[in-house]
Amino acid sequence: MKPEERVEERNPIEDFLRMDRIPHIWCPGCGIGTVVTSFAEAMKKSELDLDKVAVVSGIGCTGRVAGYVKFDSFHTTHGRAIPFATGLKLANPELKVVVFSGDGDIAGIGGNHFIHAARRNMDILVICVNNFNYAMTGGQVAATTPLTANLSTAPFGNFEYPFNLAYLADACGATYVARWTSLHIRRVTKSIQEALAKRGFSFIEVITPCVTLYARRNRLGDGLNLLKYYYDKSEMKHGADTRTVDIDFQGKIIVGKFVDKDKPTFLECMNTHLQKTLGDKYVPYGVKP
Amino acid sequence: MKPAVRTGSHYITGDVACAEGAIAAGCRFFGAYPITPATEVAEHMAERLPDVGGTFIQMEDEIAAIASILGASWTGVKTMTATSGPGFSLMMENLGLGVCTETPCVIVNVQRTGPSTGLPTQTGQGDMMQARWGSHGDYELIAIAPSSPQDCFYHTILAFNLSEKYRVPVLVMADEIVGHMSEKVVIPDAKEITLVSRPKPKGRKDRFRLYEPGPNGVAPMPAIGEGYNVHVTGLTHDERGYPSMTVEAQEQMMARLKGKIRNNLDDIIHTEEYLMEDADIVIVSYGISVRTGLTAVDEARKLGYKAGLFRLITVWPFPEGRIKALAKKVKAFVVPELNLGQIRREVERCAFGRAPAIGVPHCGGWVHDPDDILKTIKEAAR
Repeated sequence: MKPEERVEERNPIEDFLRMDRIPHIWCPGCGIGTVVTSFAEAMKKSELDLDKVAVVSGIGCTGRVAGYVKFDSFHTTHGRAIPFATGLKLANPELKVVVFSGDGDIAGIGGNHFIHAARRNMDILVICVNNFNYAMTGGQVAATTPLTANLSTAPFGNFEYPFNLAYLADACGATYVARWTSLHIRRVTKSIQEALAKRGFSFIEVITPCVTLYARRNRLGDGLNLLKYYYDKSEMKHGADTRTVDIDFQGKIIVGKFVDKDKPTFLECMNTHLQKTLGDKYVPYGVKP
Repeated sequence: MKPAVRTGSHYITGDVACAEGAIAAGCRFFGAYPITPATEVAEHMAERLPDVGGTFIQMEDEIAAIASILGASWTGVKTMTATSGPGFSLMMENLGLGVCTETPCVIVNVQRTGPSTGLPTQTGQGDMMQARWGSHGDYELIAIAPSSPQDCFYHTILAFNLSEKYRVPVLVMADEIVGHMSEKVVIPDAKEITLVSRPKPKGRKDRFRLYEPGPNGVAPMPAIGEGYNVHVTGLTHDERGYPSMTVEAQEQMMARLKGKIRNNLDDIIHTEEYLMEDADIVIVSYGISVRTGLTAVDEARKLGYKAGLFRLITVWPFPEGRIKALAKKVKAFVVPELNLGQIRREVERCAFGRAPAIGVPHCGGWVHDPDDILKTIKEAAR
């Protein structure tokens, strides 16, 4: 075949990636890339002005997402993606702000910010890739590690109760809560699409294999095994009571869209309230006196 | 709609003056967490920002407060937070993020006495070295120390102007007395206030490089949402803003971060001199201690001592050159400060053994008795 006859080989999500930064650093078998693909697909299908999208990550394996997506993107400090995103959103309400980070970042060191952003109904989408451990630092126990799973700082198995992130987000006031595994590619894409179209605090948790650390240490096979295992072990229950969706070590994983409701966002509450109490005196953000 | 600048003569606290200075400077986003003795800055911003088209948010802690103002700054808005010692400690990691990503913002530290919870309602100047070195790694930033509510107004504007011009977090290092005392503050007409905004990029977006320095070493800064698709990271990065894990990239980035400050010292460093023409005993001071120092200088002059006062408005970067020059001709430096000698050591370093730097240490909680400073002047003159 002559070169001119070759079909141009182009990654279908190239427009959404910083191709000059590829290849990425993620391990073969890792699920983060799949979630990025779902995110890019969702962006493609959305009718958003892509110049008005900002992606904020913290630190960790998933924290690197901000460095690969072709949007205004921020790779901030460990755990602080959500308050950084809060500043972006409040200072420019036109933006669609997406926080893309890991379980250690969002639920461990950044847990306080997570619950407060949900409580305020801050209008941001949080995509949390949950691989049950601190992977970038070599596989330590996390706030999401299921009981008995073995990690380098839980060498005899984990005995701490883990967070049920979906329940946490729900209890704190999130208006959209969904959980999938990274093999639920179309479901994840659809969830991101739905959440992008919503206003309010949205939370999507994606259970992802960490092949190099979590899987190897717990003898769970290779990436494909684990990916499929999580998928097979998942049981779809839309609207499930989030109190019942705990994750046990190698047990079933309840997935689905658990919460999808509407209530005014922080900014809407602020504007309505200040307009009511201050009347004409109130100058909404961005209006120059 | 009320005017943003409250022109006129006011009787207000330093904390309120600081907030008014911020609003006059164009600050339209403020995120903070309550802490004595800085709470009144937040309280005043909460009341004032809805008047002028700004946004106030009380965040869940000081870490979130500084993270929110860094984020907001990238939308092109001028941003500020205010805190005191314990909150300042919590802000240190993200202060480094602000320096590394060259994000303009102003952080007010109304200092109280430490360590730890210390004396929350009493004054201190013990965070001066933390201001310089508190975040990990090497870096340059700017710190300014106001001595009065009137200073709080003007120095907050100065802080914004320097922050915007050099794309660096600027610290306003006030203290409890300056923050809480009420004095006359004159706010000029809006058109008499000089305001500086960050340099904006020109030219083609696809050729834009986020950290390509302009003539004064500072790179133009786009706002988010303008289509530049910037990547901003706290990792060591190249001029595109992309992470680069090499010794060379680290060296280049550090040279830029350092250079934009070190090569513009004349513009950044603000000082004042009082009775310095013939002085051989020089008080070096900043913040509230300047005022007790001035009383001591006047008393010393009455007694025939050739005392003068060199006031640091900009404390960081430190005015090394001036101290070096003075050290050649004066007999001694006297450094009163509400800590056990943080800036005294800096004066000593710059004097390079040519003149002693004698401290007037004070553990904080209250200001110096001017007599103690006078006593040190007398000892230094011997």
